[in-house]
Amino acid sequence: MKIELLSGLLLDDECTLTLGEISRACSAHAEWVIELVDEGILEPGGHEPAQWQFSGPCLNRARVVRHLQQDLGINLTGAALVLDLMEEIKDMRARLRRLEREN
Amino acid sequence: MEFKDYYEIIGVKRDAAQNDIKRAYRKLARKYHPDVSKESNAEEKFKELGEAYEVLKDPEKRVAYDQLGADYKAGQNFNPPPDWNTGFEFNGGGYTETNAAAFSDFFESLFGHDNKGAGSRQSHGREPQYHAPGEDHHAKILIELDDAFNGATRTITLQAPEINAQGHMLTRKRTLNVNIPKGVKQGQFIRLAGQGSPGSGKGKSGNLYLEINFKPHSFYHVEGKDIYLDLPVAPWEAALGTTVKTPTPEGTVDLKIPAGSTSGRKMRLKGRGIPAKVPGDLYVVLQLVLPPADTLQAEEFYRKMEQELAFKPRAGLGV
Repeated sequence: MKIELLSGLLLDDECTLTLGEISRACSAHAEWVIELVDEGILEPGGHEPAQWQFSGPCLNRARVVRHLQQDLGINLTGAALVLDLMEEIKDMRARLRRLEREN
Repeated sequence: MEFKDYYEIIGVKRDAAQNDIKRAYRKLARKYHPDVSKESNAEEKFKELGEAYEVLKDPEKRVAYDQLGADYKAGQNFNPPPDWNTGFEFNGGGYTETNAAAFSDFFESLFGHDNKGAGSRQSHGREPQYHAPGEDHHAKILIELDDAFNGATRTITLQAPEINAQGHMLTRKRTLNVNIPKGVKQGQFIRLAGQGSPGSGKGKSGNLYLEINFKPHSFYHVEGKDIYLDLPVAPWEAALGTTVKTPTPEGTVDLKIPAGSTSGRKMRLKGRGIPAKVPGDLYVVLQLVLPPADTLQAEEFYRKMEQELAFKPRAGLGV
């Protein structure tokens, strides 16, 4: 059976997603995404919400926040803090692995 | 079907108060949340926890579950007695936060499933009065590091729970042939337009987001767009300097080892990491390896070094 070859869009740092695209990909209202921007969790380019441009990693962050809110009942400020701490732990683990290898 | 001991999963006694159940669940949910946890089985544990809590947090379901009897042990073969839940009334309270489609057969045989269940998590954000595009879907896929360097075509099989016309939960499988673009990084998404749920009315189909994960490689280690490689070198190579063959994801290269290199020395091959506009780097970390003294000849050699080299490895320690 021949299956059609699908080519997708790679959501890297350079790609730009709209407010609507981020909202749908998180199964959330646009208002929720706007709250994330107000909280400083997402930093889109552009001034007005209608012109906002989100990078690929914004979607990763938004989805983690969505899960934390739904599964653990964490509020936005708490979720923002968790994100920052996770980022920090990730960097430290990577550093630790490197140091362990070099010694 | 195996009996599941929901009390054991949450780690509480059968007579635990609702508050204790809630506290125990919250604690474990934080520990095993797949976005946060480093436990290898986090996703599975988290689902199991959600299922157990779904039953125990709801006094109606809990009472019904309790009267199955404490005689069952986790893992024991289980068939629900035909009249097990007569006289119990379930209102549609469940599945608010959790994805019921992910619950086990055991759960389903006891509590069935809510038709709204599978979609409820996604349905909060719909705005059907304006338009009704299909829902976006998400899936994780595993690729080889090589695929990120050269690009690749991968055939993936995805499974999705689906409720048929009779209200039964089925697993629908589909196979997709996907182009993996050169330069993908761990955790990035590839968006396949129109591969999500079909829209209703004139609404467009949703998208499918594939999250890229690399399979662990036997000698490369990926960090962001950089790659790390431990390169074993012999003592004479490190001491005298030489040129050695080194693997890189794009093929073997000759690497110059400077004289007097020590174990752990890090050498950067600029631009040999994951391809991008600004490509990542490949870091080669030297690992000094000693030849074993497992032949008479090798042993003699080590003796000779001992006698002829004025080498004091612990000089810095004052001993």
